[in-house]
Amino acid sequence: MQEVIKKYVIKEYVEDDTEVTNDTPLISGGIVDSFSMVSLKRFLENKYQISIPDDKATPEAFDSVNKICMLVKEYLK
Amino acid sequence: MSNIKSYHERIENFDWKIAEKELDYEPGNVINIGWYCSDRICQMGKADKPGLIWEGSTGVEKRYTYNDIRINSNTIAQFLKDLGINPEDRVCLFLDKIPELYIGFLGILKMGAIAQPLFSAFGDESLFIRLDNAQTTAIITQKKHAPKVRKIMDKMPYLKHLIIVDADPGKPLADREVAFDLAKAGKVDHFDIYPTTAESPSVLHYTSGTTGQPKGVKHVHYSLISQYLTAKWVLDLQDDDIYWCTADPGWVTGTSYGIIGAFSNGVTQCVLDAGFSADNWYRFIQKHRITMWYSAPTAIRSLMKAGEEVIKKYDLSSLRHLASVGEPLNSEAVIWSERVFGKPFLDTYWQTETGSIMISNYPGMKIKPGSMGKPFPGITATVIHPETYEPFNETGKIGLIAIRPGWPAMMRTYWKNEETYRKKFQNGWYLPGDRSSIDNEGYFWFVGRDDDVINTGGHLVSPFEVESALLEHLAVAESAVVAKPDFVNMEVVKAFVTLKPGFIASKDLDLDIMNFVRKKLSPLAMPQEIEFIDTLPKTRSGKIMRRILHAKEWGEEIGDTSTLEND
Repeated sequence: MQEVIKKYVIKEYVEDDTEVTNDTPLISGGIVDSFSMVSLKRFLENKYQISIPDDKATPEAFDSVNKICMLVKEYLK
Repeated sequence: MSNIKSYHERIENFDWKIAEKELDYEPGNVINIGWYCSDRICQMGKADKPGLIWEGSTGVEKRYTYNDIRINSNTIAQFLKDLGINPEDRVCLFLDKIPELYIGFLGILKMGAIAQPLFSAFGDESLFIRLDNAQTTAIITQKKHAPKVRKIMDKMPYLKHLIIVDADPGKPLADREVAFDLAKAGKVDHFDIYPTTAESPSVLHYTSGTTGQPKGVKHVHYSLISQYLTAKWVLDLQDDDIYWCTADPGWVTGTSYGIIGAFSNGVTQCVLDAGFSADNWYRFIQKHRITMWYSAPTAIRSLMKAGEEVIKKYDLSSLRHLASVGEPLNSEAVIWSERVFGKPFLDTYWQTETGSIMISNYPGMKIKPGSMGKPFPGITATVIHPETYEPFNETGKIGLIAIRPGWPAMMRTYWKNEETYRKKFQNGWYLPGDRSSIDNEGYFWFVGRDDDVINTGGHLVSPFEVESALLEHLAVAESAVVAKPDFVNMEVVKAFVTLKPGFIASKDLDLDIMNFVRKKLSPLAMPQEIEFIDTLPKTRSGKIMRRILHAKEWGEEIGDTSTLEND
């Protein structure tokens, strides 16, 4: 899951050769802005066939690939 | 005591000469914003005072005294001059909120060129439209944003230089590209400031309208007079303030009050170049002991959403004065801030074209939560009838906000679009395109836009631009874009889309279209929701009836549908 999400983030949100690890701050690091979070959430919902409530899709919960994985796993159960 | 002291007394005795006198400016003399924001502050004995404290997303901090700002802006000015940039050439700042943006802005103005700041999240299409309209000579950017420019370089023969402020040493650059490292550049202690005068062009900011392409709003160096005084009286900037304007200088608040208002008043300002998180913002206030905080309703509502527990983790007692801009500040947000910070956010109303605050709440004046406040001294504003363009005689009537032209920061024209500029005036009034009412105590109450422009998070998005981008997607046959209500951003973009034969609506297609618009235009313009429909409501002449879709989103009456096709 981490690799899939990381690959997607790099493909969609990184313009140059900035390195993205599983712990790279995505929101606070300015890689994904708050408006783009909506498309990232939509990707996760489509990919994993889940529904993430809006109040759980916070900048903190989306701030790294690892944090996103934790969030997704919560709704995969 | 606040700088404005008594609003009513200021109204009685107002003259813009107050600002001219404080700035030692005499009509006809040289007036250069770059000089006023750096050299002059040094000459006032504040050369060693911190002017800019910058913090990046990784926590790295950079500090610049006013003397550093003076020398570094000289250095950039000299670099641009040596490159062959001429006065009044357009130099685009396509940067994140890094020090080069703030200092580069002053450097461009010092050498007489026009600063054209553009939001660094713009996609290549948004970028090209604005650069092409301005026939931009040079772009200052970072290596992370350079690929977007390179994509469109071939279409811009007029673009002579792509200046990269953090290019990798040793990595070859393409034709027209040049590296410039501010930290390593030879410092220029003395630069002959270009002798701009009151009407010399200074800044070109782009703003969106309902129809047509974005318009380049041309400002002049004399705008300083309004920006200095409104920053002093409304934002109440005082000598010992630590000021934080959260706006990005890719938009007008970030230049008028994130650069010009702050530096011309000689305060210490802090900049946080990191994505939003409530924890990080409160930590920033605590760390730098921020006293004056100028932010936006979207941010305030995001902080409200984050809850109050997080606030208790930080010492925010340094906060002295709070203000807001970008979209109407709802009364709940004002009441909330008073409860949690002990101070209300004071709403301020203005726009790219006005260049400075027009209507506002002021320190010491009674606050009516949810109200825009009252006109700034020297500003004649009222509400007029939308058809006769005459002011209402009674209070409480909803009409168009109208402002008597003539304040210093008023835009001078739309770049290469004089016709649209002229349409902004009716019966001797400038019309910002917003509706409001005035109560019996003279307070303005915002009602909404008078057009289809979408105000999302305080930024205007043109439905026309988004619709045009949507039509470039392989699957899209037709589209209509409207505002959809949103708690945090007030409005977000919603698109209604019909598909070409052979394409079937799906969640993956929905995401593909969203990302397509995001990359082409910007994240702000990306539809947050796409609704696939069979046909769009149209008039018999084939014009899409956006207002029907808008009414549906807002739960409003659809109104007259007599011209609707197939009704």
